[in-house]
Amino acid sequence: MQKELIKGNEAVVKGAILAGCSQYYGYPITPASEIAQAASRYLPPVGGTFIQAESEVAAINMVYGAASAGMRALTASSGPGISLKQEGLSYIAAAELPCVVVDVMRAGPGLGNIWPEQGDYHQVVWGGGHGNYKCVVLAPNCAQEMCDLTMLAFDLADKYRNPAIVLADGYVGQMMEPVVFPHKRVKVPRRDWALYGDAESKRNVISSIHMSTESLEKHNNKLQGKYAEMERSEVRFQEIKTEDADLVLVGYGIVSRLLQSVVEMLRAEGKRVGLLRPITLFPFCSKRLSELTTQGKHFLVVELSNGQMLKDVQLATKEATPIHFYNRMGGAVPSVDELANVARKYVK
Amino acid sequence: MTDNNVPRVEIVPNLCKACQRCIEACAPGVIVTNPERAFNELGYMWVVYTGEGCTGCGVCFYVCPEPGAITVYKRERDKKAVAQEA
Amino acid sequence: MASNVLKKAESFFDHFERWRPTQNQTTHYCPGCGHGNAHKLIAEALDDLGLADRSILVSPVGCSVFAYYYFDVGNVQAAHGRAPAVATGLKRSHPQSIVMTYQGDGDLASIGGLEILHAANRGENMTVFFINNAIYGMTGGQMAATSLIGMKTTTSPYGRSVENDGWPLRVCELLATLPAPVYIERCHLADAKGIMSCRKAVKKAIKNQADGKGFSFVEILAPCPTGWKMTPLEAEKWVKEKMIPYYPIQVFKDESATREGRFPQPREVADDELWKALDLGLFGETHPYDEPFVKNFSTTHFKFAGFGGQGVLTGGVILAAAGMQENLEVSWIPSYGPEMRGGTANASVVLSKDPIGSPLVVNPDVLVAMNDPSLDSFEDTVRPGGIVFVNSSIIARKLRRSDVDVIYVPLTDIAAEQGLTAGANAVLLGALMEYTKLLPIATIKEIIPLGIKRKQLIDANLRLVDAGVEWIQNNVKGRKQSVTVPPSKQTAATPVMFPEK
Repeated sequence: MQKELIKGNEAVVKGAILAGCSQYYGYPITPASEIAQAASRYLPPVGGTFIQAESEVAAINMVYGAASAGMRALTASSGPGISLKQEGLSYIAAAELPCVVVDVMRAGPGLGNIWPEQGDYHQVVWGGGHGNYKCVVLAPNCAQEMCDLTMLAFDLADKYRNPAIVLADGYVGQMMEPVVFPHKRVKVPRRDWALYGDAESKRNVISSIHMSTESLEKHNNKLQGKYAEMERSEVRFQEIKTEDADLVLVGYGIVSRLLQSVVEMLRAEGKRVGLLRPITLFPFCSKRLSELTTQGKHFLVVELSNGQMLKDVQLATKEATPIHFYNRMGGAVPSVDELANVARKYVK
Repeated sequence: MTDNNVPRVEIVPNLCKACQRCIEACAPGVIVTNPERAFNELGYMWVVYTGEGCTGCGVCFYVCPEPGAITVYKRERDKKAVAQEA
Repeated sequence: MASNVLKKAESFFDHFERWRPTQNQTTHYCPGCGHGNAHKLIAEALDDLGLADRSILVSPVGCSVFAYYYFDVGNVQAAHGRAPAVATGLKRSHPQSIVMTYQGDGDLASIGGLEILHAANRGENMTVFFINNAIYGMTGGQMAATSLIGMKTTTSPYGRSVENDGWPLRVCELLATLPAPVYIERCHLADAKGIMSCRKAVKKAIKNQADGKGFSFVEILAPCPTGWKMTPLEAEKWVKEKMIPYYPIQVFKDESATREGRFPQPREVADDELWKALDLGLFGETHPYDEPFVKNFSTTHFKFAGFGGQGVLTGGVILAAAGMQENLEVSWIPSYGPEMRGGTANASVVLSKDPIGSPLVVNPDVLVAMNDPSLDSFEDTVRPGGIVFVNSSIIARKLRRSDVDVIYVPLTDIAAEQGLTAGANAVLLGALMEYTKLLPIATIKEIIPLGIKRKQLIDANLRLVDAGVEWIQNNVKGRKQSVTVPPSKQTAATPVMFPEK
């Protein structure tokens, strides 16, 4: 087995290229810049395109163009840049184009700081742009998953012709860990809806405009149908020791790594604690949460934001059993001891 | 088919929006508002070719904003000149 | 058109069915609108050049948002102002395609100002048609960046004023200052002569792209009778009498004849070339589990701290890579951002036999302090019974606490003796491994060359590792057989990942 010690941000790019991505358009921002740097290093030698765009807005629209051309295209940013990309994401979702966007979250609001936070949950998971659209959202918690989930994101984006977002955070992006890259590559097939600048494809139209209310309502219903299908087929999560747990910790991204250590620590004390870690944030593991609720389990939701994912947990469980909440904001990341102390309050 | 050596302009009544730019631009003045003063499908009082005097210059074709409203048939012998111009 | 008949171009659909099922041979444009003229010139040029099949037209937001109703070419509808960015993505994806944007003044000169500026500056091999009618047509006659001084619009009811709104923007003049564009011309549609000269410009701008010459830009002054509240004939006159004096009809730049054509070819690389380009498997096969060294190994948390240039981040990476080589689970997290560039830096490294939960090192088992601020910051965080390596070349003080094992080692001096002051981290790694016996020195020495290009530098660094080892052997009595940290409380996690049923 060949491993490479690599930053999560760089693993994104190698994964993307193996997934057949040939186009990167982006704008530098800490803590996501290594993605642009790696793309600029690795794409041109293998026949791909790297452009440092004039703005985040331009970058996502270049992605729109490349996706219209049938290419697998990638861009990456952090919160302030993702805010700017929301216009383009709405158009991409509306025009039913596949693409992958990586958000390496930093602390906000405003310029905030560059330390890890999860405050983009709402703008990414619930859709920060205008209109009734959703993006597939995948939340890696290690460098290996920065590669794997980026590759998966391309597949899901293609499958549903919809943007997919890899929602990471500063630590997952900056962290170096061993990654095993697959020695196989995806060949992107010709798509019958895309534009190739040839006679065969020229009757295709990439557009998000529907002038009649009937046509736009029909289009909206079609999109909602895709999202419902995603909720049926694409929910992914990780569970650790939840079977006999009285208290289930819920967290994603870097938080789930901390919670994993909390579970180990409290289990060693004989406390029945488990972890549910959503991997897809949209679609969300609502059904599983609901099942755990009916088993009478209590929850402790931990996030680096102001209760953004908590809302989804509350919706899924209908708050039928107690849901406790602990969060930090502003780039502060709690220690394992800190979280263990919180968890001890809620479990015998 | 009309005599190929007589230039002429054909105007499709239902595609005319009566902006009158062709009337203004036509040097020999052979395009006029329909003397019957009727309205076409779109509700415009369309323009017509008077039937003679067209030089085949093509100006009306280019000043007309509509893709299909005006067709101009030039003289056969102008073909070479047209080709050069293109 | 190389024919004796001037008729509807083949590059238009015969019936505009994308618009509506019947009465669909006219456009949606108002009587006398310049868009129709411009469309006809583009369609005719595509016919003449035989390029329709290769063409992709990017339509804007504005009245011409519906350009895809008419042109029988590939069509993409872009967000307001973004057409040049969308076109960039298309053109870079398919260099052989003919990519054109068609944009109004609100789209191009206001909200899309940045996109057009940079597409032009990159010299994208594309063609831009800029329809300047000095007003927002579709949204109901609002002021544009190109509206003339004194012009009354629905958002400048008292007339555009320089004090409030600035001067009308001359886009051609701005873009002509850039070296990249090959061709920039302004023309107009107000009379037959203007249209015929525009016809040549449109064709040239498209042909340039097919010839690989680069960025061509045609600004077209166009009448908007409805927006201007004029008859079509009054509008023609207004273009000539009001617009042209401010927006001169002119070729601003034309290097079409002298530019070399560039024809980038799509390139597919073979699998092997791809693996190589991606440096896949840089570290090769991991070692078999090396019992003598890792027998007593439990999860160990390291904090490397110092100032920029002391190599603390790199030192941490080498340790993590060596751990990986020994088949351990490893993680490395840097302090990142501005601190990397000159200030204090630190890296968290975790080595473990088991999957690593938190990669954050809050309470290190091993602290390496390369300078005073690092020791001040992290001394109190070290776990009781942990180890602190103090770079005594720089740090004069002793530790305040006595419940940790401390090694004062003059790392910078040792490195300087070998003529490589920047190599204190290599000395450290040698000393650290010799003292803790966590990982084989040989593995550290195997990793170091992978991150260094110059052979000379590699040898120097390897000598520094040895120097660190020797220093411990000569100066520390009763050294540890393995690091004494509290036994791991960790149990192996059993992750399950599956789609929800």
